Amino acid sequence: MFDFIASHWNYLIVVVLMLIGLYIVMSRQNLVKKLVGLSIFQTALFLFYITLGRIDGGTAPIINPDVDYVYSNPLPHVLILTAIVVGVATTALGLALTLRINDAFGSIEEDEILAAKAEDGLIEEKKS
Amino acid sequence: MIMTNIPGLIVVVPLLSAVIVALMPSGGVAWVLTLLATIATFALTVINATTGDGATVSYALGGWPPPWGIEFISDGASRLMALIISSLSVASTLYANVLIEKEIHEKDQARVYGAWLLTIGGLLGLVMTGDAFNLFVFLEISSLASVTLVAMGAGVDRRALIAGYNYLVIGAIGATFYVIGVGFCYAVTGTLNMADLAVRLPGATAAPVFVGLAFMVAGIMVKAAAFPVHMWLPAAYGYAPSAVSSLLAAIATKASIYVLARVVFTIFGGLPDVTDLLLNWVILPLSVMAMFAGTILAIYEHDLKKLLAQSSIAQIGYITLAFAIGTTSSISAGFIHMANHAMIKGGLFMAVGALMVTIGKRVTMSSIEGLGRAMPWTCSAMLVCGLSLIGLPLTAGFISKIYLVLATLDAGMNVITGLILLSSALSVLYLWKIVEVMWMRPYKGKALAENILIYGPLWLVAIANIVFGIYAKPIVDLADAAARAITGGAL
Repeated sequence: MFDFIASHWNYLIVVVLMLIGLYIVMSRQNLVKKLVGLSIFQTALFLFYITLGRIDGGTAPIINPDVDYVYSNPLPHVLILTAIVVGVATTALGLALTLRINDAFGSIEEDEILAAKAEDGLIEEKKS
Repeated sequence: MIMTNIPGLIVVVPLLSAVIVALMPSGGVAWVLTLLATIATFALTVINATTGDGATVSYALGGWPPPWGIEFISDGASRLMALIISSLSVASTLYANVLIEKEIHEKDQARVYGAWLLTIGGLLGLVMTGDAFNLFVFLEISSLASVTLVAMGAGVDRRALIAGYNYLVIGAIGATFYVIGVGFCYAVTGTLNMADLAVRLPGATAAPVFVGLAFMVAGIMVKAAAFPVHMWLPAAYGYAPSAVSSLLAAIATKASIYVLARVVFTIFGGLPDVTDLLLNWVILPLSVMAMFAGTILAIYEHDLKKLLAQSSIAQIGYITLAFAIGTTSSISAGFIHMANHAMIKGGLFMAVGALMVTIGKRVTMSSIEGLGRAMPWTCSAMLVCGLSLIGLPLTAGFISKIYLVLATLDAGMNVITGLILLSSALSVLYLWKIVEVMWMRPYKGKALAENILIYGPLWLVAIANIVFGIYAKPIVDLADAAARAITGGAL
C-alpha cells in the first residue's frame, strides 16, 4: 500500500487537485471563485500529462551520440504548452465576461444575479 | 498547388480571414469579406467532396508524415460534415448582415464577424483533423469564439452574459475531460494519431483504455449537448444574437456529435465489446430520454427561441440514438439526420430571428399572434421548416425519419421504433401550438415590413428542405459513404 502511494504520488495529487477544482466550480456562488476552481481543475490536467512524460533519472531530451543516457519524453510538455495557452484564453474570456456581468447586474454573486435575471423575465411577461 | 492542399485550405481560409475581418473598420466591409470567405470555403469543400475516387485522402500538415505529424483526414465522413458546415455557414452569413447591424453595436461588428469566422474555422478543423489532441485545440477555438458570439447578445438582453459564462465554464470542463481521456490513451499507446490509436488500442492494457474512453465520451457529450449534460444549450441559443443562434444551432453541436462517432467507431473501433457496452447501456438510454425530455420541455416553453433549443436537445437525441444502434444503416441514418437537422434548425432559428428584429421584442407565444398575416414570407418559410422538423412527406425531415425507422426495424429494435414515432408525434404538439397562434388568429398590431435580405436566405434554406425531401439521393449517398468511412468498413 505504502509503496503504491509512494510510486503514484503525482497521480494522487492530480486526482485530489482535480476534485478540488471541480468542487469549487460546482459549489461556489462567486463567479471569480468558479474560474479559480476551473483553473485548478485544468492545472491538475497539466500535471497529469507532465507526469506521464517523466522517467526516473531522465534528463533533458537533447540527443548526444557520444553519451548514452535516459531522457524524458518531450511530447507531453509540448502538448501541455498548447493546453496552457487554451487555459489562459479560457480564464481571460471568463474574467472579461465576469467584468461585463458586474457592469450589467451590479454583482458577481450567482444568487443575486439569478434574482435580477428572474426580474427580467417578469418584466418581459408584463410587456407581452 | 491548390488542389493538393485542399484539406488544409478548408480550415486555413476561414481562420486566416477571421484575423483580417476583425481588423476591418466597418461592419459592412467585414460582412462582405466574411461572405466571400465562407463562399470560398464552401467551394473548397465541394471540390473536396466531388474530386477523387472516394478514397481516403491523408494530408500531412507542414509535411510531417503521420503518425508523427498532425494529419488531416478527408474521408466520406469528414467530407459530408465539411459540406454541412460550410453550406450552412454561407446561408447564415447571408442572413446575418441585417441582423448583426440591428442587434450589435457598430464598433463591435467587425470583431463579431471575426469570431464568426473563427467558429466556422474551428468547427471545420474539428471534422477534418485526424489527431486526437489537435481535435481538442479546434474544439476550444470554436467554443471560445462561440462563447464570445453568444455573450454579444448582451446588447439586446443582459442575460446573454450569464448564458455565455455558463457555456464557457461547462464547455471548458467538457473539453478538459476529453483531454484527460486522450492522456490515458496516450499513456498506454504513445500515439495521438487517430488511425494509429485505432491500431494500437486493442493490444494495450485494458483498464486505462476503458477510463480513457469514458472520459473522452463524457467530455464530448457535454460539448454535443447530449442529455443530461445539455443544460447550457437552451440559454446559450436563447439569448445569443439571432444570427448567432441560427449559425450555432445549425452546425455547432453537429460537429461535436461527429467527434463522438469518430471516437467511438474509429479510435475505439478495434474494441467492439467495450464500445457496444457503452452504446447499448449508456448512449442508447440517454438518447431515448433526450428525445422525450427535449420534446416535453419544448411543449411547455413559452419563448420561441428557447422552445427551438429544447427541441434541438430532442433532435440531438435522435442522432445519438442512430449512432448507438451501431449498424451501418443506422449510422448512415444518423448522418442523414445531421444534414437535414442542420437545414431545419438553421431555418427555424433564422425565422424566429427575423420575427424578433421586426417586432422588436422577444418572440413568445403571445407576441406571434396572427403574425402569419402580417409577415407572410417569413412565417410561411418557418412553416415549411417546421413541417420538415415533424417529418412530413416531401420534406427533408421525412427522409431522416424514414431512414431512422427502417434502421431500427432492421436492427430488430421494435420498441425503439415505437418510441421514435411517439416522440415525433409529441413534437407535433409544440409545432401545432405555434402554427395555431401564428396563422389561425387575427392580427391586431400595426403593419410590419419584411426585408428580402432577411427572408431571402431563410427561403433558400426552406427550399433546400423541400428539394432534399424530394431528391434525397445526394445526402443519402454521402451519408452512406460517411457511415462506411467512420466505421472503417468494419461493420
